[in-house]
Amino acid sequence: MPAFPKKWLLVIIALAVVIPLLKPVLPDLVSDYRLFLVSTMMIAAIAVLGLNLLTGFNGQISLGHSAFYAVGAYTAAILMDKLDVPYYATLPVAAVVCFIVGYLFGLPALKLEGHYLALATFALALAVPQILKYKWLEDLTGGVQGIVLSKPEPPFGIPLSEDQWLYYYIFVVMVILYWAANNMLNSRSGRAMMAIRDYHIAADTMGIDTSLYKTVTFGISAAYTGIAGALSASAIAFVAPDSFNFFLSIKFLIGLVVGGVGSLTGSIIGGIFYVLVDNSAQALSTFVKNDLGLPFDLSAYTVFGILLIVLMYLMPMGIVGGVYILIRRLQRAGRGAPAAASRPAEAGKGH
Amino acid sequence: MTTSRRTFIGGVSAAAVLSGTGAFAQKKYDNGATDAEIKLGHAGPYSGPASAYGVIGKTIEAYWKSVNDAGGINGRKVNFITLDDGYNPAKTVEVVRQLVEQDKVLCLFNTLGTPSNTAIQKYMNQKKVPQLYVATGASKWGKPKEFPWTMGYQPDYNTEGQIYARHLLANVKDPKIAILMQNDDFGKDYVEGFKKGLGDNVSKIVKLATYEVTDPTVESQIIQLKDTGANAFLNIATPKFAAQAIRKIADIGWKPAHYMTNVSASIAAVLKPAGYENSQGIITAYYLMDPNDKQFVDLPEVKTWSAWMDKYLPQGNKGDANYVYGYTVSYLMHETLKRCGDTLTHENVMKQAASFQKFRVPMLLPGITVSTSPTDFYPIQSVQLARFKDEGWALFGDVMSAEST
Repeated sequence: MPAFPKKWLLVIIALAVVIPLLKPVLPDLVSDYRLFLVSTMMIAAIAVLGLNLLTGFNGQISLGHSAFYAVGAYTAAILMDKLDVPYYATLPVAAVVCFIVGYLFGLPALKLEGHYLALATFALALAVPQILKYKWLEDLTGGVQGIVLSKPEPPFGIPLSEDQWLYYYIFVVMVILYWAANNMLNSRSGRAMMAIRDYHIAADTMGIDTSLYKTVTFGISAAYTGIAGALSASAIAFVAPDSFNFFLSIKFLIGLVVGGVGSLTGSIIGGIFYVLVDNSAQALSTFVKNDLGLPFDLSAYTVFGILLIVLMYLMPMGIVGGVYILIRRLQRAGRGAPAAASRPAEAGKGH
Repeated sequence: MTTSRRTFIGGVSAAAVLSGTGAFAQKKYDNGATDAEIKLGHAGPYSGPASAYGVIGKTIEAYWKSVNDAGGINGRKVNFITLDDGYNPAKTVEVVRQLVEQDKVLCLFNTLGTPSNTAIQKYMNQKKVPQLYVATGASKWGKPKEFPWTMGYQPDYNTEGQIYARHLLANVKDPKIAILMQNDDFGKDYVEGFKKGLGDNVSKIVKLATYEVTDPTVESQIIQLKDTGANAFLNIATPKFAAQAIRKIADIGWKPAHYMTNVSASIAAVLKPAGYENSQGIITAYYLMDPNDKQFVDLPEVKTWSAWMDKYLPQGNKGDANYVYGYTVSYLMHETLKRCGDTLTHENVMKQAASFQKFRVPMLLPGITVSTSPTDFYPIQSVQLARFKDEGWALFGDVMSAEST
């Protein structure tokens, strides 16, 4: 799939920087709540990007990314709560901790392929919330009660609301992480990662140290998701084991597949999708019941499921893949009649 | 204390006078209230691991529908907005911010779950929007000094644990106590209260076995507990596991003095599946009426409730105590809003919620009432012990209250 055109990228970044400043002018449209929602989308986008590095670019399936997200969130929360570390300083620590955890988990995972790896990571996702409740760790993690935190406040008396500040903070982190991921993927290492995904044995024969690449990719992927977790600890200002159940992993996976496996833009769209659709599914199910007066008591997840099936049917390559194919088709149609006219002739030859 | 109570009663009567002359008094509204409607916000688990509690939200929704069908509150319809948080505190923060900032509700009502409410408590108190009658039995919701905008509802687990301990010490000779505990905040709160109640006798606890909500059964824990030779057993479990424990205890021929938490006191969900013959003599504490209990069936309030269920929740299982719970807590909210009259501000809602004097809510046990004050944010603090006999709970002793919480 092609890279995102640079011109558009700059426009989007400029819009993302300017729009939150319009809050005093358009208080209803640009509310604190909406900015917070966009912040959660960006956090989800970073987590999905982390998963994409592993699954989309390196071909290893993980159902355990909620675990890394939790480790990142708890690392940040414990640092802020027990050691009074400022919130921005928790990110590198969370990244390093998650990298180590991911790397170590990647070592035994080397022996597991495909579905077996998925199951092993699944176990990780189930285990971590239980470990967080474990009594030896309780003094640190707060057990089931979790840890209550404070929201980051804008420094130097900058006249921004907490949510505006949070938005910019997360936005900057996201841009840096995307830039880094993009550079990595376009380097020798990135090509090696993808070579392993495409043809493991061939990559091995070419002299790529596949086990090293696979474990390091696991570590980097975990670090990305861990940073997302640390950001969420700041944004939500609370961590508890119940926030990181197995379903979170599934949501990341949904975001990944819906956005586009193996696409950086897709990760962002996936992050937006999963927050947006999760919320609108609920609105839609209430709408069906109350406003349309239909006798269906559809749960939000039923609506979510239906949307997902429709989407996968219409766009099997995810939203980015679907849009790309659509654009190609439109371009072909725009090039004019000759192309269309030649087709029946080709078909005729076949008979 | 007496003076504060007296000034308090003065305040209540003043409020009563004010609401009596409501037609002339100036109307005052905060976000979420107009001449036509009152907006209430709620978040609960309609999906996820705790979705069994989703029926509470459905009950409350049905309750407001019945209020609106009867003309609303002081001429205003109640617009009850309930959102799914899947028992995920991070999601609760998101939906509650939507309720407060986008939907602009007058107050939050009966949001469910200890972690979920912990996640939003600070936020609600910063925004100064009431977080009323939260659906959790944790003991931390009644702290008006630190959190003047948050109030609990049901008797807390800690208090209940203390009451069991006191009864046990007075009635079991030379106790050796075994405890089965669900490994979460619910379980820990009980054990903490129970130990507080035992005081110097904490060493009488011979073994504490835990289980996870995700475990399939607690049978091996019960066998371990029996092997300690204990003669008293505290069963801190949610319904499914409580029933398993009762059955297993009977199967292996263990005969301890059996105390079971109120959470699992439902006859239809626990004692019937566990077998009535296995359940004889179990002691629990009660504050809600069990509508299936023969001694209550003919009371007018139970009949009213039953007719209400038939009309508004025809699919509901009347053996599920959550339907009774949702009904009682809505009734209290209904009364709170009525008392607010035309002054529907965040502050007045909180003030009225903190001004109940021995108020009787139907479907609470006879003798149990709601009392609150600006320094007492625990609406229900009384329970009564009951012993299982034949096919129902036989209440005994007096209504007991916590001395200090």
